[in-house]
Amino acid sequence: MNFRVVKALVLKYLYVCSRNTFRALDVFFWPVMDLLIWGFMSIYMMRVTTSVPKMVPMLISAIILWNVLYRAQQVVCVAFLDDVWSRNMLNIWAAPIRPIEYVGAGYVVGFMQAFIVVVVMGILAGFFYSYNILELGLHLAILFANLIIMGWSLGLTVTGLFLRFGPPAEALAWAVPFIFQPISAVFYPVDILPPWMQTLAQITPASHVFEGMRELISTGHMNTFHIYAAVGLNLLYMSIAATLFKSFYEEARKRGFLAKYAA
Amino acid sequence: MSENETVVEIKNLSKEFKGKFAVKDLSFDVKKGEILGLLGANGAGKTTTIHMLLNLITPTSGSIRIFGKDFAQSRIEILSRMNFGSAYQFLPYNLKVIENLRVFAEIYSVDDAKERIAELLDLFELSHLKNNSTGMLSSGEQTRLNLCKALLNKPDLLLLDEPTASLDPDQADKVRKIILDLQRRSGMSVINTSHNMIDVHELCDRILFMQTGTVIAQGTATEIMDTYQSQSLEEVFIMIARQNSNSPNTISNN
Repeated sequence: MNFRVVKALVLKYLYVCSRNTFRALDVFFWPVMDLLIWGFMSIYMMRVTTSVPKMVPMLISAIILWNVLYRAQQVVCVAFLDDVWSRNMLNIWAAPIRPIEYVGAGYVVGFMQAFIVVVVMGILAGFFYSYNILELGLHLAILFANLIIMGWSLGLTVTGLFLRFGPPAEALAWAVPFIFQPISAVFYPVDILPPWMQTLAQITPASHVFEGMRELISTGHMNTFHIYAAVGLNLLYMSIAATLFKSFYEEARKRGFLAKYAA
Repeated sequence: MSENETVVEIKNLSKEFKGKFAVKDLSFDVKKGEILGLLGANGAGKTTTIHMLLNLITPTSGSIRIFGKDFAQSRIEILSRMNFGSAYQFLPYNLKVIENLRVFAEIYSVDDAKERIAELLDLFELSHLKNNSTGMLSSGEQTRLNLCKALLNKPDLLLLDEPTASLDPDQADKVRKIILDLQRRSGMSVINTSHNMIDVHELCDRILFMQTGTVIAQGTATEIMDTYQSQSLEEVFIMIARQNSNSPNTISNN
């Protein structure tokens, strides 16, 4: 891997972000709106019922961590779509760039954006709700890492689908996280889901992250099973995503889609 | 690399899409320092050929060797020594001119990037626009910027897709002179597809006329005009495109 190439692609994305108001909204506006709505709703819920102790920190942590997965996935996809939209695809794919460098750059910017989002939302959570996300301690880093990796896997798979199916697959860049949200048990425990959805939740890394997070907030401890399950599933899905991407990339070259979508 | 060294060697190259051949049994080579023109009407297979040379499309059969290597083993090494410029491709529009060139200089691992960028911007008369947003450039300026990108790494092989389309005659003439000058000084090889017969006549040492994916004539511009008993390449082009020629035998200067 040539890190100079990765640096160049990251630099390109940072230039794009610095010139595009909508990208700033992705980092600052939507996450903040999420935080405000879910935060105030959880305060209201605490007023009408106290049956779920620590609901406020649970929901606030959940919305902050959900944004980690969402941003990591979305940035990987949008970095690719930027090249399609600006008709820069041929310049990129005809350059000495390995697919792993291209994807790696998307991962780096995904990490950067998710990190900034956590910092911004964490500060605002302290300001509006007197909640300190750092109370999660070192576990925060483990939860963050697992969600980042799941976001990367989804982003890589969706990018592969763009290569294979072209513009009709673009909507997936925004839709895919929400397909996984119900079984990720972001805002509620897995056991309230119907049995068949519980089965799906068990094989979703994010559900273990959010279950672990709730356990940590309510008891102060997190069952290591959740960590091992999330890490194991993430490794499995990342391998599957990489295989799918490679297969879609080769298929796109065979069918001429790389050149076609670039035109 | 000696003057007679083969830079590009294509043998029996074919590409089939859904049962139809875009390129069929194409063979040619390009020597070091040679400028080869690919001519043909729309759908003749020129762009598919260029895309296969850039490893964007996998051939159905046949082989491509560039600098004596093939893409399966040496993709990055080959692409590092090549570059590509097209009037129909753009650099990210919301980046400044200088930023786009910085990004590609890094991608191509250009060591003296700052000096090289300044030199190319000056050469293509874009220095005064370096801090402008790329999206605000005229189409002619964007084409020249793309050529700057294409020359950043001092390529040994340059692929050009209609490099002077969207340029006014004055700029087109300047660009042709720049390409010729750089080619003579550096000895780079060039494959140039164009519909502009002045480009082809002035730039190309040898021309391949393509039709429905195959080469139907090749030689120097004069040889081709003589064979088709025509006064200009444009006449030959129209004749071939309308398929009203008597299909003379292929000329080969190999």
